Amino acid sequence: MSAGEDAGALRSLWRRMRAGELRMLPIVVALLVIWVVFGIANPTFWTAENLVNLSLQSVSTGVIALGVVLVLLVGQIDLSVGSVSGLAAAIVAVGSVQWGWPLALGVVVAVVVGMAVGLVYGIACTRLGLPSFVLTLAGLLVLAGVQWRVLGTDGSVNLPFGSWLVRFSQSWFVPAAVAWVAVVVVVLVVAGVALLERRRRVLVDLPAESLGRIAARCALLAVVLALVVGYLGRARGVGVSVVFFLALVVVADVLLRRTRWGRSMRAVGGSRRAALLAGVPVRRTLVSAFVACSALAAVGGVLAAGRLAAANQGTGGGDVFLTAIAAAVIGGTSLFGGRGSAWSAVLGVLVIQSIANGLTLLDLDSAARSIVTGVVLALAVSIDTLVRGRRET
Amino acid sequence: MTSVLTLAGVSKSFGAARALVDVDLEVHPHEVVAVVGDNGAGKSTLAAMLAGVHQPDSGAVLVDGEPVRLASPATARQRGIAAVFQELALCDNLDVVENLFLGHELEAGPFLDEVAMERQAWELLDQLAARVPSVRMPVSALSGGQRRTVAIARALLGDPRVVVLDEPTAALGIRQTAQVLTLVERLRSRGHSVVLISHSTADVQAVADRIVVLRLGRVNGVFDADAATSEDLLAAITGAAPAAPRTRRPGAAPVEGGPR
Repeated sequence: MSAGEDAGALRSLWRRMRAGELRMLPIVVALLVIWVVFGIANPTFWTAENLVNLSLQSVSTGVIALGVVLVLLVGQIDLSVGSVSGLAAAIVAVGSVQWGWPLALGVVVAVVVGMAVGLVYGIACTRLGLPSFVLTLAGLLVLAGVQWRVLGTDGSVNLPFGSWLVRFSQSWFVPAAVAWVAVVVVVLVVAGVALLERRRRVLVDLPAESLGRIAARCALLAVVLALVVGYLGRARGVGVSVVFFLALVVVADVLLRRTRWGRSMRAVGGSRRAALLAGVPVRRTLVSAFVACSALAAVGGVLAAGRLAAANQGTGGGDVFLTAIAAAVIGGTSLFGGRGSAWSAVLGVLVIQSIANGLTLLDLDSAARSIVTGVVLALAVSIDTLVRGRRET
Repeated sequence: MTSVLTLAGVSKSFGAARALVDVDLEVHPHEVVAVVGDNGAGKSTLAAMLAGVHQPDSGAVLVDGEPVRLASPATARQRGIAAVFQELALCDNLDVVENLFLGHELEAGPFLDEVAMERQAWELLDQLAARVPSVRMPVSALSGGQRRTVAIARALLGDPRVVVLDEPTAALGIRQTAQVLTLVERLRSRGHSVVLISHSTADVQAVADRIVVLRLGRVNGVFDADAATSEDLLAAITGAAPAAPRTRRPGAAPVEGGPR
């Protein structure tokens, strides 16, 4: 390849990155760099067992981050996701252990409470015009208080290790055979959808993705999935909770990209007034984003309770909400609204948890973890602002 | 001739500011009606009212002679009135197809029908002889004239009978202005009625059939575009002695309490 072709390819890459098609690329590269650096610093990082742990650790925060992606997309923010998750964890633990509810009922109640919180935010934001930043900051404080009340004087409730929620989050793994079949099915479905769409476009003379590109895309997907399943399979395998998280992301991604609701979300985040004038149900869209975010935060809290086999005053407290928001932004979802993808929750949480995990293996304290995560967040926001600024000029 | 759209004695105030006072307006089929006036004459309020963004305090809006309430932009569209706003109201982060179909997406089952939308987008842009490099580009990457074309094309999607253009040539260069004016003529030949809101008398005289002058929220003269001179229009716009031969309503001094 000549130098001129090289430069042309680079330019087209840069253009597509700015246009949003390849917004994920910098963060994927960053993730690989982080893995290589930690792997060299301490080879334990690369062991299958450690990566299995890493994947399990990512689930709860990842689900919360997915909710944050949704509110960021409509140009709002939810600072109370940590408190909502803590409250949900408390409801599940106290409900099933102290009040004798079936575990499933506790989970349902927790998620419904989460949705109710989101509904209140949505209505206060759209009808009263309260800024979501202050509104959810108030929610953070109020719900943390409610969480402590629910937990009672002990401040900590343990879940029995045999309960399905704990097994779901800790020790339930997809059997290897099932995992491999799933890989094949996923790749076939992706390829099938791409080929069908290509055929429809070719039939009406629209520009279509080339067969080569579809093949390359599916091959890449197959390799990534096979690597994950194969490598994690050398230890305990792929956790069922991990699959659950990824399934949520896939559902959110399809809803965002392929449905009218998803289009409305991006439109409202891009320009609320333009969306309103075009006939988009702006209020309903905003409310749905808040409800979905709080519901996902509650699910994240339930998963955290399962992972810890306990709920206490610290569950969902501290930096959980900051980590979740940071994960969404690091993963490439814009703080300014209208730009982002469900997959940024996966990438962002992997970056943050990899840093945390790697630094722990290096015997560095949480101070170092905090500093490094902060620097990465600053870099991610710089990229976001840079991309946005260049587009506006 | 029956009018497609009629405003009868419409008034609108924002607090103490009276934006429109007892305004009458008729829009006939296949006609370009221009509304001109100085800044603050009430042009944009009129556009917003036709588009369903604002509702009149008093007076009636009639579509095909039937009183209607245009409660929202969506209702106005259902009634066959589509508007292109001064600020275009495009979502910069969405691409051309997404903007064109925003709020009216085509669906196949539960999912969006991107193929059908993209195809219709090309057809529409071709009909308008619009040059857009790609319909899958975010509109933030388009030039001012292209963005305006996209906004106008969007207004045409539901095949409305009346298209309201609010200052379509504002902040455009000479060539782009000419393109937009050609587009207005193309709209008329496609069978749409056009309400063209502008402060440029030159643009208006080039394409309009009738010219309505607003001054301080009131109709200060209705002119036949062929017969009216720039001096007539300027006199009506500024409120200098209204001596124009075709003037129907000479400039009235502001009177309190909307007369019927």
